[in-house]
Amino acid sequence: MAEMTFDRDVVKVPLGPQHPALKEPGNFMLSLRGEQITEMGIRLGYNHRGMEKACEERPYLNDMYLLERICGICSHSHSTAFVQAVEEIAGIELPRRGLYLRTLVAELERVHSHLLWLGVAGHEIGFDTLLMYSWRDREVVMDVLANLTGNRVNYGYNTIGGVRRDITDEQKAALFKATDILEERTKYYVGLATTELTLAKRLQNVGYISKEDALRLGITGPTARASGVTRDVRKDDPYAAYAELDFEVITADSCDVFGRTVVRVGELMQTYKMIRQLLKELPDGPIAAKAPRKIPKGQALSRYEAPRGEDIHFVRGNGTDKPERVKVRAPTLVNIQAVSQMMKGAYLADMPITLAAIDPCFSCTDRAIELYDDAGNPNGMRTWADVRAHGIRHYQERGVDMGDLNRRFASQMERI
Amino acid sequence: MAAALLNILVFPGFLFLIGFSLAGEYLDRVLYARMQNRVGPPWFQPVADLIKLAAKEDTIPEGADRTIFKLMPVVALTSTVVASFYVPLWNAQALFSFSGDLVVVLYLLTIPTLTFFLGGWFSRSLYSMIGAARAITQLFAYEIPLLLAILAPAMLAGTWSISEISAFYEAHPALTPINIIGFGVAMVALLGKLERVPFDIPEAETEIVGGAFTEYSGRLLGLFRLCIDIEMIVGASLIAAVYLPFGLGLPIWAGFPLYVIKVEALILLISLMRTVMARLRIDQMIDFCWKYMAPLALLQLVINLFLKGVVQ
Repeated sequence: MAEMTFDRDVVKVPLGPQHPALKEPGNFMLSLRGEQITEMGIRLGYNHRGMEKACEERPYLNDMYLLERICGICSHSHSTAFVQAVEEIAGIELPRRGLYLRTLVAELERVHSHLLWLGVAGHEIGFDTLLMYSWRDREVVMDVLANLTGNRVNYGYNTIGGVRRDITDEQKAALFKATDILEERTKYYVGLATTELTLAKRLQNVGYISKEDALRLGITGPTARASGVTRDVRKDDPYAAYAELDFEVITADSCDVFGRTVVRVGELMQTYKMIRQLLKELPDGPIAAKAPRKIPKGQALSRYEAPRGEDIHFVRGNGTDKPERVKVRAPTLVNIQAVSQMMKGAYLADMPITLAAIDPCFSCTDRAIELYDDAGNPNGMRTWADVRAHGIRHYQERGVDMGDLNRRFASQMERI
Repeated sequence: MAAALLNILVFPGFLFLIGFSLAGEYLDRVLYARMQNRVGPPWFQPVADLIKLAAKEDTIPEGADRTIFKLMPVVALTSTVVASFYVPLWNAQALFSFSGDLVVVLYLLTIPTLTFFLGGWFSRSLYSMIGAARAITQLFAYEIPLLLAILAPAMLAGTWSISEISAFYEAHPALTPINIIGFGVAMVALLGKLERVPFDIPEAETEIVGGAFTEYSGRLLGLFRLCIDIEMIVGASLIAAVYLPFGLGLPIWAGFPLYVIKVEALILLISLMRTVMARLRIDQMIDFCWKYMAPLALLQLVINLFLKGVVQ
């Protein structure tokens, strides 16, 4: 049970790491005065999996599959951002058909991500009907993705130099049909968002963040665009086929959760337009260029507009088949910091929806840069050697001695 | 004596209430599911849930007041069942009635909310305590409009006995539609009492886990759930008796199905509101109840007082 402080009626309530409002572990310490939040502390790191380090141990192509699994929702975003950086280092010129198909899957992914978000947002404000409806409609795009790539999530569609599967005419026809269904359903949600009274009551003037604050905190994606910041990597720094597509950057100026809903639903409508254009203007030719196994020395930074905001991958190659360094900055890392700003003076009841409105993905975000040491190191940080020693000690205390196991393994190997 | 015991324990008393309330829960769940494009649970699911909960271990948190923690579900269940004895079901005659039982029933129906508060508060868990505080805050918002809304038809009928109110409107069917505003207010207040969307604020899952029930498990949680189910039936029966008093003179083979249909229609209304709305915030809920519900209930009262003068 959590500790309670009775002074000045301020109660500290932990939200997470295990809490029904959170789909992934994260800790939010709320100081409550009645129902109002006076202060909020964010603590991440429960989902750290050491992926960046793991990338350094694997060949580039394996890294792509690994990085695709950073997140189950925006998997294509991470893999595309990574291969774009690798292709830039290697100087691979991609065939146009490959670029178009890559963009197509990226936009389909945006559809499924935004529909998923809409459902989660409904659930957070106790409107489960919206969750059931939007997730049912999301099945349409999931089926299309499974048909096109072979997987519902973690598509494995990319490869260094292009994509792995071509699209057939039947798939194209099915895709046109699915887009029509989805567009019609999305129009229904637009109507719902603007007419349903309780929905508007729970979304308007909640999680306010001004344009100035949005720029100051550097937030990205639909969260920033709902505060009137016209930033979209697809427009500002076009990659893949986006330079050849007609679309508008949707913004809103209400700066609240309602605006974020409007932006996401509006983006869906733009996405359907883009999907149709991509299919109509799909060029002929090969889908992938030949990529070398060893990537030359060099480094590249790749920007990608994921459904949640700008995703940045940095890759440095050293001339071997494994990268020297991979750095991932997911959109949630910047957006999550805006949440404590949004929550100042807000109600406890608005906390879940405000957090959900940035569409957080903790597994995307959790990268250790430096480890804070609460055991009392002089500089307050832990080094790699410290962590290793701590790990060995931790397991030895519990009767697991990997050192002994390693020695036995080595002697076994010698005998063979 | 034997007949009275049979009435209390079996029909239309305790056993019937349990059966009917579980059927009501099933209906509510399946309607909610169908309206959300889901399949919904099988018919025996509420019974299965109850048996499962009854078979589980009760865990009482450290630091909780054990007596109150264990006592509250029983008190809640008892008060709703006792309240049901004073509400007429398919005819104009309740199992027991005396002049003034309307006030007693409304009082008994308030007790469950108080037990939620006490049970939650003495769980000594943060989520429970916030849920408990919300439950009691919400009580103050919907209770007055509910009381006023039910008072108005009673005023017009000139009696404080639910059975006599039913009998009065049965005799003067033309006066029934006048109470339509009160009916709306009472339905909304019932949503608050049952802690249903849009007023499920005290147990808002995504905010405070399970509200006052966070620490409850096993039999004790089962009793609370049963209590809420019975409360739904008693509340719906009360509304049916006061606002929909037609067909009360029918013989039991026709009157009883009519009563079931009335209650099920009210459950349908509850499920419908649950389907199409989002959860309000506690401040919005209180604003709504005091700004709109209470004045509307007062308006109903004024209309009925005026009519009473005209009728006499």
